[in-house]
Amino acid sequence: MGNVPTTVKHCLSHEQLARDYPWLKRWLVEEKEIVPTEVKVQLIDRLSDTGLSVIEATSFVSSKWVPQMADHTEVLQGIRKSPNVRYPVLTPNMHGFQNAVSLAAGATEVAVFGSASETFSRKNINCSIDESMLRFEEVLNAAKDQQIPVRGYVSCALGCPHEGPIDPSKVTEVAKRLYEMGCYEVSLGDTVGVGTPGSMAAMLRSVTREVPCRALAVHCHDTYGQALANILTALQMGVCVVDSAVAGLGGCPYAQGSSGNVSTEDVLYMLHGMGIQTGVDLSKMIAVGDFICHSLNRKTNSRVAQARGSQL
Amino acid sequence: IIKYFGSIPRRVKIVEVGPRDGLQNEKTIVPAETKIRLIDMLSDSGLSVIEATSFVSPKWVPQMADQMEVMKGIRRKPGVSYPVLTPNLKGFQAAVEAGASEVAIFGAASELFSKKNINCSVEESLQRFEQVMVAAKAAGVPVRGYVSCVLGCPYEGKVAPAKVAKVAKRLYSMGCYEISLGDTIGVGTPGGMSEMLEAVSKVVPVGALAVHCHDTYGQALANILVALQMGVSVVDSSVGGLGGCPYAQGASGNVATEDVVYMLHGLGIQTGVDLPKLMDAGAFICHSLNRRTSSKVSQATHCKL
Repeated sequence: MGNVPTTVKHCLSHEQLARDYPWLKRWLVEEKEIVPTEVKVQLIDRLSDTGLSVIEATSFVSSKWVPQMADHTEVLQGIRKSPNVRYPVLTPNMHGFQNAVSLAAGATEVAVFGSASETFSRKNINCSIDESMLRFEEVLNAAKDQQIPVRGYVSCALGCPHEGPIDPSKVTEVAKRLYEMGCYEVSLGDTVGVGTPGSMAAMLRSVTREVPCRALAVHCHDTYGQALANILTALQMGVCVVDSAVAGLGGCPYAQGSSGNVSTEDVLYMLHGMGIQTGVDLSKMIAVGDFICHSLNRKTNSRVAQARGSQL
Repeated sequence: IIKYFGSIPRRVKIVEVGPRDGLQNEKTIVPAETKIRLIDMLSDSGLSVIEATSFVSPKWVPQMADQMEVMKGIRRKPGVSYPVLTPNLKGFQAAVEAGASEVAIFGAASELFSKKNINCSVEESLQRFEQVMVAAKAAGVPVRGYVSCVLGCPYEGKVAPAKVAKVAKRLYSMGCYEISLGDTIGVGTPGGMSEMLEAVSKVVPVGALAVHCHDTYGQALANILVALQMGVSVVDSSVGGLGGCPYAQGASGNVATEDVVYMLHGLGIQTGVDLPKLMDAGAFICHSLNRRTSSKVSQATHCKL
């Protein structure tokens, strides 16, 4: 089986609605309704009861770009903060960071989002990778002063919707930069889900030369159905942190109608089947997935939930 | 410790089961011309094995009632094999008469499944198959053996790897050139897959093994990856992911060939398959069935903004 770790820190159950990309406006139009704050709070509270140890709660991006996250402060104020759970929030810059850690919002962990693709960086956050890193350094410095841990994300780690294949050395460069500036963990994202075990292995081989394995996570999208195979590859290479989204929430903005995030339920099923501990209760997770899909009036993307929900 | 990708095969043979396993498990029945057109399109996509139909009594499987017509209607591409299912001697004889030049027999690793499915014990089914083997040998027809429920049974739950190995060994010893190990209800995970393959490959050479993974719990590609890492180089799949799971209504069943090919090509493994042509075949049959494809690769490719 390879060097599969015995324990995997389970995931950010990533509330896909929390994305600070301007192009998201188009996707939001597709989603039509803005999810009410109480539903978000309920979702997070229910996730807190499943055994997850990290739940990405919201995003401190300007509500001009992401109206879905306009209620970020209310969400943080409303959720029941479980003692064994952390609730990181996205902060694209100093302004977002300050709002996040303000007394009102009270965030105790934040995340910054870099990219391995220049084109994606420019189209998405309107600046080059270098410029974005400078912004993040500001955030990191402020975070260090306040002892707020920061997680770094690298998007397009296995391919870019604009540039196509991405050189592993570029991913390594960005990941290394984020790690050295103080991010405690770097999550490598296959943003458009094009990666396969081959490209995952090649990318990780490169990154692990510069960033220790224990500080890495994988964030696989299932747009081409490759997520679990890619996650398995990462596990075999020693990665033990996996990002996923309950019910596979969040489609792919680059392939409308396609799936995006991998489902937490499907990841858990695989991990537990392999004897890997996650601390998470799969049945409870399936129930949370049911709840949010019902609230959003949409079908789950989780195959496990579909199978379990339709036993003859 | 297995070095990831050190021992994965450079070439993998895909056994396309869409026209048989896929269509058999779809609610909508399609006419013979549609089946023929599908098989012809699949032949053009570079696949080298396409399971064409089943010589089970139409009383049990009405979807395959047009078996003769299909066999006579398809264009046989040179270098491509068109095996058919034959549950017993009678089916075998009908298959040969229809022009079949390769057949397949279906055993189970679970007693309860065997009884509920084909109304006899595993041992009794193997004896029926011996009859087919004798006739096949005499006629020079190669036979492929299937073992179902290798990673779990809808009735028995867990299935012991030793039981799977026993049935696989029997089928191989009686003359099947290849044994396809099926995760019939898709409950398997990479751990179970590797445990089962370890047991089976002790009694059947890995070069004679194939995996037939269902994606009911989303585990298929991960399970296939592990099988490749253990040296398996034959993978069964169904274009468009045709064929739901009869034990979990509404859930998915077969793994989609497009998604398998995408992964294999991404790993640098040769399959001989032209993915765009394969997707065309998938689009055609889904349109005929009036259903959405279960292939994520197809969904993503056809949904570009």
